[in-house]
Amino acid sequence: MTFDLFVLPFFIGLLFLVAVLVIKYSRWIALMDAPDRVKAGMALFSVNLLKSLREVFLESLLHRKMFKRNALLGYMHMSFALGWFLLIVMGNLESRIYSGGHINPPYYPIFLKFFIHDKRVLPFEIFTLPGFFRFTMDLLLLYVLSGLVLALFKRTRSKWFGLKRTTKHNSFDRWALTSLWLIFPMRLLAESFTAGIYQGGGFLTNTLGSFFALILPVQYLAYPAWWAYSTMLGVFFVTLPWSRFMHIPTEIVLIFLRNAGIEPGKYPGSFSEIEIRSCPRCGVCIDVCQMNQVGLTGSTAVYFIRSLRDKQPDISLNANCMMCGRCLEACPVGIDTLGLRVGARNVDNKILASDFSYLPARQETEKNVDVVYFAGCMGHLTPAVKRAMLQIFEAAGINYTFLDEDGSICCGRPLKLAGMKDAALKLVAENTSKIKRTNAKILVTSCPICYKVFNNDYKLDGMQVMHHSVFIDKLVEDKKLTLNPLGIKTVYHDPCELGRGSGIYEQPRHVLKQISEVAGVTEERANALCCGGSIGELNMSATQRNVIRDNALNVLCEPNPDILVTACPLCKKTFGPGSGTPVLDIAELVAESMNQEKPALKSKTIVEV
Amino acid sequence: MDKKAVNFGYIVTRDRQIDFDANDHTISRIVANAEPSLNLCISCGTCSATCSAAQFTDFSLRKIILLLRRDEIKSLEKEISKCMLCGKCQLVCPRNVSTRNLIIQISKALTTVHP
Repeated sequence: MTFDLFVLPFFIGLLFLVAVLVIKYSRWIALMDAPDRVKAGMALFSVNLLKSLREVFLESLLHRKMFKRNALLGYMHMSFALGWFLLIVMGNLESRIYSGGHINPPYYPIFLKFFIHDKRVLPFEIFTLPGFFRFTMDLLLLYVLSGLVLALFKRTRSKWFGLKRTTKHNSFDRWALTSLWLIFPMRLLAESFTAGIYQGGGFLTNTLGSFFALILPVQYLAYPAWWAYSTMLGVFFVTLPWSRFMHIPTEIVLIFLRNAGIEPGKYPGSFSEIEIRSCPRCGVCIDVCQMNQVGLTGSTAVYFIRSLRDKQPDISLNANCMMCGRCLEACPVGIDTLGLRVGARNVDNKILASDFSYLPARQETEKNVDVVYFAGCMGHLTPAVKRAMLQIFEAAGINYTFLDEDGSICCGRPLKLAGMKDAALKLVAENTSKIKRTNAKILVTSCPICYKVFNNDYKLDGMQVMHHSVFIDKLVEDKKLTLNPLGIKTVYHDPCELGRGSGIYEQPRHVLKQISEVAGVTEERANALCCGGSIGELNMSATQRNVIRDNALNVLCEPNPDILVTACPLCKKTFGPGSGTPVLDIAELVAESMNQEKPALKSKTIVEV
Repeated sequence: MDKKAVNFGYIVTRDRQIDFDANDHTISRIVANAEPSLNLCISCGTCSATCSAAQFTDFSLRKIILLLRRDEIKSLEKEISKCMLCGKCQLVCPRNVSTRNLIIQISKALTTVHP
């Protein structure tokens, strides 16, 4: 007998799930841009596939990034993913033995213990251990159940799992979660009851089964238990495509497409649809979000992505984000939360078209310099940084030109972050032609915001873009600048756009280490805090910004530095009014250090105190 | 009769009356509701002094707020589209007005109320 009515809920659910997934995925693939589709197709037949499979194994099954965050959290996720996966694989192998190697209908391995009550040593097991499959299958079930116990604890003891706050799920997700949780206890009961009747099963089901047989009428309970097990599987499969568990199949597709080289951040678009559905709503992004500090919890990445999936993005909530990228850094799936948010802001924006026709007509004079310096709007707001950079250029004997000496045309990133892409592109075009006319080899900017957009969105024909901290590091390496130790203790604050945004962490520290003792803080580099001055944020009040600033300052000034150093004029301008410790840009400190005639900075600060 | 005026390098503006009660207050009220920090503005002009766009044209946020408060909406549309949204004004404002959101909200109100 290889069929029974009770397999139907599972079987129908599975067929339904497969049908829905095929329809959804083929629609997304059909809606993809043609070049992206070609890229994805090519990746199927290259080493990329192996890379993707490796990543799927490490992230989707082992949950490596979850382990890095918290061991218990990682174990919980791994036990569900890897445990269930191995149950399916081992179950299939075991069932093949009884079918003589043939492929079985999908329900057969799942409900094998209902159909087969074999206590013999299987032919294959002669080479391993007698009862190998019975033992392994029970062990794997126990493994998944251990994860389930942890998941139950996580509801009330989330701090053990490194989560102060967890995701507030909607009722649909709770239904799906309940059915998932019930699958494995139901399987345990069904297999145990059957084992109790036939004295079969492994160490777990046999023991439990014998026990149940003593106190319960197992011969009547086994069949309903199999029905319940099958029904739970069916319910889970039917709810999956509309619940957060859609991430299970979709994350695999996402990993594959990402490794194929498809650019994220095109919202709306089919890649972003896949990203949105890859969000498991694990809630790791919630604790890292600094907006919590001012009670703005509605716009956290997890809820924002859910609102996109429900096709109801809230415009004003979406504006509540500093675009600092801490959620992106923490996300175990690597969803481009910032790209999605900017895309959504673009779609939402019903505003007037910008008109920059007032900008001065392009001059025809071409220059011939090595370096073009762009202070940026924020650079002009901190004249000391600008002056320090000019001093450094002079001291190093650089053939340079100061592009925006008479006023900056904004780089376009603030408009882009506000979701005004068309307006941003106008400024990009304006600046690009200005920069190109200098014929320089290197574009140096003081502002990480400009730096990021120069790197990502400007087409400068091979001109190298450098943030001033990187340029200074290069000058020192090339022995064009001599730095003298200042004998002070500093703390370096990683600006969001420079650190997480552009991956520059080491060069500023390398420079600072030559002139001061650099103290570490608890949250730095990729985990650095946002200063609160962000131009990505649109809705927050000044009071709320100050709360975020002060909390960040508390962390940064923990080692009690003489100077708090940053590499972003906006961070400097934001920190300045709230900081008891003097805040300087790295360029200012370098200028101070190379100038021996002036009094050392330390004495100056002592006088100030 | 119009005589060809002699150019003395300056002009005398005509007398002008603003009938505040007759003006439509919708936009200014919507904006003040969306960005309440508008009410903090003391028209000091620091924003206009630091403005990136003002380096190249006579754009002024102070003037925009003045126009908005008087409900002189017609001139607003042309002015507001010049903003580069760089955020310098927000950093220098002594009254902590959220100037960037203010500009966006004015723009939104203008497009949604009188499309």
